[in-house]
Amino acid sequence: MKFVDEFRRSELAQGLIRSIQQHSTKRARLMEFCGGHTVAIMKHGIRQLLPATIEMLSGPGCPVCVTDNADIDKAIALARIPGVILPTFGDMIRVPGSRSSLQEVKADGTDVRIVYSTLDALQIARENPSKSVIFLGIGFETTAPTVAASVLQAEQEGMRNYYVISLHKLCPPVIKALLDSGEVKVSGLICPGHVSAIVGSKSWEFIARDYGIPCVVSGFEPLDILQCVYMLVLQIEQAESKVEIAYRRGVGPEGNQRALELMYRVFEPCSARWRGMGLVPDSGLRLSKAYQCFDAELAFEFDPGPAFEPKGCICGEVLRAVKTPRDCKLFGTVCTPASPVGPCMVSSEGSCAAYYIYGAAGE
Amino acid sequence: MCLAIPALVKSIDGSEAEVEIGGVSRRASLMLTPEARVGDYVLLHTGYAINVVNQEEAEETLRLLEEMARGAVDEEEA
Repeated sequence: MKFVDEFRRSELAQGLIRSIQQHSTKRARLMEFCGGHTVAIMKHGIRQLLPATIEMLSGPGCPVCVTDNADIDKAIALARIPGVILPTFGDMIRVPGSRSSLQEVKADGTDVRIVYSTLDALQIARENPSKSVIFLGIGFETTAPTVAASVLQAEQEGMRNYYVISLHKLCPPVIKALLDSGEVKVSGLICPGHVSAIVGSKSWEFIARDYGIPCVVSGFEPLDILQCVYMLVLQIEQAESKVEIAYRRGVGPEGNQRALELMYRVFEPCSARWRGMGLVPDSGLRLSKAYQCFDAELAFEFDPGPAFEPKGCICGEVLRAVKTPRDCKLFGTVCTPASPVGPCMVSSEGSCAAYYIYGAAGE
Repeated sequence: MCLAIPALVKSIDGSEAEVEIGGVSRRASLMLTPEARVGDYVLLHTGYAINVVNQEEAEETLRLLEEMARGAVDEEEA
């Protein structure tokens, strides 16, 4: 078993679809929080396979998309400091900030590099001892432990030229903020699979308990998502709200305690600004006191200038699930994956890009 | 962004491993999953194994889905 093709078998998918159709009688609005789920749902045409009783919404779970313009401006200002190399993950460099993107300043000679892993960023720091290497850290609980691991590795090797900009964000607080806003009514939550691999399914218990919303953790193959929808439908039909896992091969109730321990050794929670959501308490991670010497924002002086949003872009509302990409006047005309205006069209897992690439006409 | 793919652990050297994904070998860090053993599948995310894939649970899930697929067909034919 290689844990991929086995979870794409069409006869099993058909069984799940029939079971969903047989059981679903109540209207249900299911939100997938995670951008990876948005892509998988669009790519496999899952929306079109579900009965009319089920409506699917896309949530704010795309770290590139929710990064605030002011934070992108900050990264650009730090990258422009002479002697700095700024490595980061691929999607991030194309996101427009207030005046330019990291890709544009790279074209002007700023040393911005795309890396697959913080392991690559550490290697750049080893090979360039006279340069300051500032890793632009974005991502949720899945990624933050890997960045924490790189800081610990740098400490162990006594590296003096490795820094981090921590734009990491935490998922449970923002889901709480989204539900508290009352803007969006959700009857079931498709919980993120690989965030849950770290934080554990029990991190969603407050949603089931305090908000009465059924929660099921899903993997990313079509069978995972269909099983998750089936489990949510059963809870909704039986008027239950509990946390279940439709991705048991990858997620347990407790998560990865070792990863959490490293993450909270290096980082501590702080308020963070989310595009579309504003400032959300305890939803970000900053370097903890013991590791502040790795914090690029404290180590360098820089001026990012005033931040402003692109005109006409509704990424913020798309991220809050109050509008869909098709409600945006720029969608598919002014704003396309080749020439994106907002981050949801840049990121491979942004809602706008997923709609543009996989969306059926008129959907 | 939170993409993680199953990778087979081929060999382990300290906290590093050689893993295979679809026939391609690469290095991976086991810093977050020191419990991983040769022959395990791990979920690989940005060069780090973030969890060991639970094979028994995977088999149990597939068995359940196979049962459901048969059940759904039986119900339709009935």
